Amino acid sequence: MPENTTTRIEAEVNGAPISAEVEASTLLLDFLREELLLTGAKRSCEVQVCGSCTVLVDGGPVSSCCYLAADIDGRSVVTIEGVRDEPGFEPYERAFIDHAAVQCGFCIPGMILTTKSLADEGELPRDEEGLRDALSGNVCRCTGYRAIIDAVGDIAKAVQR
Amino acid sequence: MSSTTTVSTTTTQVGSSLRRSDARAKLRGDAEFVGDMRVPDMLHAKVLRSPVGHATISRIDTSLAEGLPGVVAVVTGADLDDLDPYFGHAIKDRPVLALDRVRFVGEPVAAVAAVDEATAAAAVNLIEVDYEPLPVLASLPAALDPEAVPIHEGPQRPGLFHGLGTLPDREGNVCYRYRIDRGQAEDIFASADVVVEGEYVFPAVYQYSMETHSVIASYDHRGVELWANCQHPFLVRAEVAALFDLPPSRVRIHVPYLGGGFGSKSYTKMEPIAVAMARKAGRPVKLINRVDESMVTTRRHGMQARMRTAASADGRLLAREVQLSLDTGAYADNGPRVTATAGDAAPGPYRWEAVEVDAECVYTNTGPAGSYRAFGATHLQWIGESQVDEVARRTGLDPVEIRRKNLLEPGEEVRPGGKPLDADLIGDVEKVAEAVGVGDPKGEYTGRGVSVGLLAAGAHPVSTAAVRMEATGEVSALVSSTEMGQGTRTVMAQIAAEILGIPAGEIAVEGADTAYSPYDRSTGASRSTTVAGLALMRAAQDLLDQLLETAAAHFDVGRELIEVGDGGLRYGSDVLSYPDVMVKRFGFVGGELVGRGEVRPEGTGSYAEGPVFWEVCVAGVEVSVDPGTGEVRITKSASVADVGRAINPQLVERQDEGGTLQGLGNALFEEMIFFEDGLPGNDTLLEYRVPTTEDLPEQLTCVIVENADGPGPFGSKGCGEGVLAAIPAAVTNALADAGIHINELPATPERVWRALHASKPTDTSTEETA
Repeated sequence: MPENTTTRIEAEVNGAPISAEVEASTLLLDFLREELLLTGAKRSCEVQVCGSCTVLVDGGPVSSCCYLAADIDGRSVVTIEGVRDEPGFEPYERAFIDHAAVQCGFCIPGMILTTKSLADEGELPRDEEGLRDALSGNVCRCTGYRAIIDAVGDIAKAVQR
Repeated sequence: MSSTTTVSTTTTQVGSSLRRSDARAKLRGDAEFVGDMRVPDMLHAKVLRSPVGHATISRIDTSLAEGLPGVVAVVTGADLDDLDPYFGHAIKDRPVLALDRVRFVGEPVAAVAAVDEATAAAAVNLIEVDYEPLPVLASLPAALDPEAVPIHEGPQRPGLFHGLGTLPDREGNVCYRYRIDRGQAEDIFASADVVVEGEYVFPAVYQYSMETHSVIASYDHRGVELWANCQHPFLVRAEVAALFDLPPSRVRIHVPYLGGGFGSKSYTKMEPIAVAMARKAGRPVKLINRVDESMVTTRRHGMQARMRTAASADGRLLAREVQLSLDTGAYADNGPRVTATAGDAAPGPYRWEAVEVDAECVYTNTGPAGSYRAFGATHLQWIGESQVDEVARRTGLDPVEIRRKNLLEPGEEVRPGGKPLDADLIGDVEKVAEAVGVGDPKGEYTGRGVSVGLLAAGAHPVSTAAVRMEATGEVSALVSSTEMGQGTRTVMAQIAAEILGIPAGEIAVEGADTAYSPYDRSTGASRSTTVAGLALMRAAQDLLDQLLETAAAHFDVGRELIEVGDGGLRYGSDVLSYPDVMVKRFGFVGGELVGRGEVRPEGTGSYAEGPVFWEVCVAGVEVSVDPGTGEVRITKSASVADVGRAINPQLVERQDEGGTLQGLGNALFEEMIFFEDGLPGNDTLLEYRVPTTEDLPEQLTCVIVENADGPGPFGSKGCGEGVLAAIPAAVTNALADAGIHINELPATPERVWRALHASKPTDTSTEETA
């Protein structure tokens, strides 16, 4: 590898503290997948269109394909691996399964994290137009979206008062 | 179907929307895709791709790249000189890596295997290549020019699976031609009351399976081992074995979950390059395409066509004539088959006195085109159905009436010598017409359209399967269908579970491993449930026969008196659980039983005559057009899934919903652009737009039709492609209903606006007749 600048980061990933030396150019997606072996975030478009690499940084969704690993220093990162065993995850799982909203599944962890970031703020819409808007940054090529919107609508009712 | 008559029509597992067995693992991020896998000692690869559209290669210097620390192997065409380095299942026209010539921007020229991806990428930039430019033929008109240079030279060699009879010689840049000539079309056109004529352009389209082409390859004393996201592992195995001069049994392919396929992962793609790298490096190599690389790995064919349709004054269809050219890019890939399928789809499912089709498959200096969901059929249904509606308008019939008058009925011949029609098309059209409100009052700038077609489905009907029962009574279904989103593992479990009388959730189904899972020709052509499913059903019946043999001996009665149920076998009120049957059979808790099943082209009927079944392609659409911007909104869409028997109705609906959105993308905005010099014009998802939640129709209806008329298990037949073939035609027919005539897809706002204002030159407020 040609010479590069490395930087030390101290962060929290899925609730656990991490400390690592990363290249300045390393993308968060690669850091998560290759260094931490957290492969739930997927690489696809690499231009922040598809949403399959979505993770939460300080609770907000980011496209980890276009986010430097160095920039998580001092922050908290949550991936699908960090939420799937939480007690509050059951309604997410149930809704996606019941609506058969998971086909190839490549986009789903990203869909769920986008959904969760809104639900955690109590901002997950319940109406059709709002749901379409909320999910417009997550592409799914399999389902045609009807089932995903219906599933997220159920989640909105289940997890928000 | 004689083989299914023994099965009761009362089912508990089949016909039920059981939850997908893989959904939980996928949504939790536990499901492994190739990109998530790693094998010991694995290297990472990057490919050097041609920056020019057509050139000879005068020099390649890899010395700088080889000297970069961390680089383990740099591979070029020269490393394959001990092999016949060409592949291509239809036409063996493609070198694994460019030899003396490149034919499209993005063609692999060299590849680097290194300790990490960044090192491989840096090394790729150090490879020096000199190109001597040749004329670039990046479009059909350029490639078809009589003065055009030939993109390929030398004799045309058939691939391992061309399935097209004797391969004809190349004519200029035309690598394959498919003709139909029935009846006296010329005479009919000369005297017909109504003749509709048009020229049409259909765009190249990117399948965009969200997971790009991905492969891990190893090459050692045992042979080749691959972890690949391929739809057809056994066909890839055969091609890789032939390329690297190995017996097929020494090529082992594991297929995990696929992140979408849609045809883009059919046949051999990136596997040979990965194997070539592993062979040279002596270590496993992982190769993952970027999206821009997958876009030039395979795509849908662009097409230009001219079509004429003749009809009588009362709307009876008489003759159709089509000349069409498909742009297959620099290498044939599945182009010849797509061309034949397009030709077969040209007449549409109607009665004709004469049909003339001349379909040609043309090389150009662009990325190769292959399979994409409903290939060929989509192109021709679009133009054919446009002309049927135009005949209707000129003869005063409505879109349903003209189809009622002309559509084939069940049992009628679709193509000479082939399987007769096995579906109620008129009933299907009426269903979508009703769902989108054809004939109801409508406002200005609103239109409704339907379309109907058939797709020859099932491919070559060879599938084998096994069902294994362990001493504990645990059951696994061994079937090599590829799970790429459609839910095949769930459906397969349902089929086997129904036969064995146990819950589907208790049957394990894994992905293909060609060393151990039985042969299946392919996952495509909507064939898995029908063909592989039938093989699996027969395997389950074979296992059941063995269990019944033991139980009959135990109960000391004829096996016909024993019933399946309660997790085992029952005679009167006595139940022998499956684990008990196994203990009776083997005398201890051990042993296993394996049932085998196969499907092959045999006897008469669907599996011998071909196609296995006619997939129904029926959709209806309602559009609303903004006259100021030309933007098209889909207010309603409807499809018919004419599946014979829905093994899992919810999964059938998902197939049609997903296919609908892909069809809308194809109809309204998806288009790959290649500039004159062959450079891709929109090879990122920023510029190549795919449908998002914003594009979902306001009303989306999927009608499942179950007439038990399929040749698959329980009267089923496949689905999932038909709707994509039907949607573009339904959209343009709806636009035509609103007075907007589109002969070139996609129907972008600009094209729609121009067509709208061309047809209304003076006053946009002119009232339209409903």
